[in-house]
Amino acid sequence: MGTINPIAEIIEMAHKKGAAVLVDGAQSCSHIKPDLQALDVDFYVTSAHKMCGPTGVGMLFGKEEWLNKLPPYQGGGEMIAEVTFAKTTYAGLPHKFEAGTPNIAGGIAFGAAIDYLNSIGFNEIDAHEHELLKYATEQLTTIEGLKIYGTGVDKTSVISFNIEGIHPYDIGTIVDKLGIAVRTGHHCAQPIMDYYKIPGTVRASFAFYNTKEEVDTLVKAVKKAKKMLT
Amino acid sequence: MTIQEIQNDLIDEFSMFDDWMERYEYMIELGKSLPLIDEELKTEDKLIKGCQSRVWLNAEIKDDKVVFTADSDAVITKGIIAILIRAFSNQKPEDIIEADTKFIDEIGLKEHLSPTRANGLVSMVKQLKLYAVAYQAQLKN
Repeated sequence: MGTINPIAEIIEMAHKKGAAVLVDGAQSCSHIKPDLQALDVDFYVTSAHKMCGPTGVGMLFGKEEWLNKLPPYQGGGEMIAEVTFAKTTYAGLPHKFEAGTPNIAGGIAFGAAIDYLNSIGFNEIDAHEHELLKYATEQLTTIEGLKIYGTGVDKTSVISFNIEGIHPYDIGTIVDKLGIAVRTGHHCAQPIMDYYKIPGTVRASFAFYNTKEEVDTLVKAVKKAKKMLT
Repeated sequence: MTIQEIQNDLIDEFSMFDDWMERYEYMIELGKSLPLIDEELKTEDKLIKGCQSRVWLNAEIKDDKVVFTADSDAVITKGIIAILIRAFSNQKPEDIIEADTKFIDEIGLKEHLSPTRANGLVSMVKQLKLYAVAYQAQLKN
């Protein structure tokens, strides 16, 4: 739905109650650059492939005090300091959590992807994506019977929608054939689908490399799909 | 008609269209002729797993032949299951089990579907054949 949650407030409230906070930034971090120190978050995770990086590699940030407290989740080469029959001492951070041969190529490529995003600039990315979001929202809402889910003021550049009486899957299939890739289905978020009493939605996501012309193609494709399916 | 003859008919019908859009329109049309499953049979156990949209499939045996009925909440999916039912319904279990499914590729059905959706199609074929296997076992006893 793209809603930007007030994580700074959430973290502050949680900390007051003595709870640690893990933020899953997989969806947001290609759009919003997190300031981990300012957020004072305990853990932050993200996935490289959401940031133009390779698949199968991600990142876990954790406060040093937490990481020192946590036991290793896996054993293997490079993660021990000393092993005797009496006891095993683990290597320091980050080696304790990096057993065996790491995904070296994946790590290097992930770094290159982040450098690439930084070279474009997150302010520029944000400005461009918001323009696309605003334009696409305006254009899509001209289609009769189209309903957008997630209309918060503070949102990232995704639009989840349905057209009255049409299954999202059908719209997705037609739009796909017209050259536009959208996600259809419940997006692994069945509780919210149950809340709205819908089988799923069509979701268009806009990134820094998308253009207004592509938004036009999307709108045209959705109109065509509506015509075919009603 | 044998399964092979029906499949050949389907290939002929779909080859008349120049572009995929017309094929989809025809598919949606075929969906309207789908022999519908009874509303009370639209239960969890009749749902085909692995489909993005919901597809219910039922099979009954009549005169030693398997008769399929189905429904879906998405119209393109309804078209796809209608095509499959036209090819496999009202046939002997052993013929359904042995029938090949190359016509699906020849119609170009799979190449026009995304991988998740193509997997759904494979699940449908598997379920049709599983019903045939079950009825063949029942008839032998």
